[in-house]
Amino acid sequence: MDSIFGLWHWYIAGPLIGLFVPALLICLNKRLGISSSFEHICMLLLPEDKRSIFRFNKEENGWKIFFVAGIMLGAFFAAHFLSSTAPHFLPDKYYSAQGYVKLFIGGMLVGFGTRYANGCTSGHTIFGLSLLQSSSLKATLAFFAGGLIYTFFAYHF
Amino acid sequence: MKNIGCILYGIAFGIVLTKSEVISWFRIQNMFLFKEAHMYLIIGSAVAVGALSVQLIKRFQVKTLRGEEITYSGKPFNKGFVIGGLIFGLGWAITGACPGPIFAQIGAGEYPALFTLAGALTGAFVYHSVKTKLPH
Repeated sequence: MDSIFGLWHWYIAGPLIGLFVPALLICLNKRLGISSSFEHICMLLLPEDKRSIFRFNKEENGWKIFFVAGIMLGAFFAAHFLSSTAPHFLPDKYYSAQGYVKLFIGGMLVGFGTRYANGCTSGHTIFGLSLLQSSSLKATLAFFAGGLIYTFFAYHF
Repeated sequence: MKNIGCILYGIAFGIVLTKSEVISWFRIQNMFLFKEAHMYLIIGSAVAVGALSVQLIKRFQVKTLRGEEITYSGKPFNKGFVIGGLIFGLGWAITGACPGPIFAQIGAGEYPALFTLAGALTGAFVYHSVKTKLPH
């Protein structure tokens, strides 16, 4: 049972994540992606006259709001019923006013950056690379460059 | 019915993300510091399986369950992929979460991730407010 309640190893989790690409294509004719759900949520929160700036393609991306709702439920289920110890995903320093500000700013970079790049780790790195698209490879290299730069400076200075 | 299918796929995706700990700030940190291979192996094997599946779908001209032609809609490159990608990478390292894991962290009970989500929604709004002035 340890193999279910403990950490799922890469050779289980990685292929499972990869299988979402064909599963979503074949079952729902959908292309894996997450970050355009931000636009959808924004539109639901904003008054109607402000929504036009998004040019949101509901036909292509409207399903993702259900997908991310599922992700939340799945994570809840995994944390409460499939884990032997309480999961710990964020460092304690983020449980403070300063931490909230840092997460908000970091979140802004995630929202701004993924929309500017027209995709995130799922849309470009998993799905785009699965299609062998060079544009998604460039985006992925940029994601990692940004992360490496930040972590290097945060760690060494 | 289709929406229920999307939620079920989301639940499965959320379970895998959570149980493999790719939603952990600590794992992201260790990836960017090259301290452990976990994240690289997960991303690498996911892409390998995804790419192989797409090749098989194309080779055998697999149709959707409803018999439709499968469409891929590629994303033509523009400068935003690199500039926006760098900006996203910074945020990924700070928050320990890319977009999917933000939702998973919230679901798993790490409530500070609500601030990450609020920031991400704000960031998406800001991008669309200024996008005509940005290089693409």
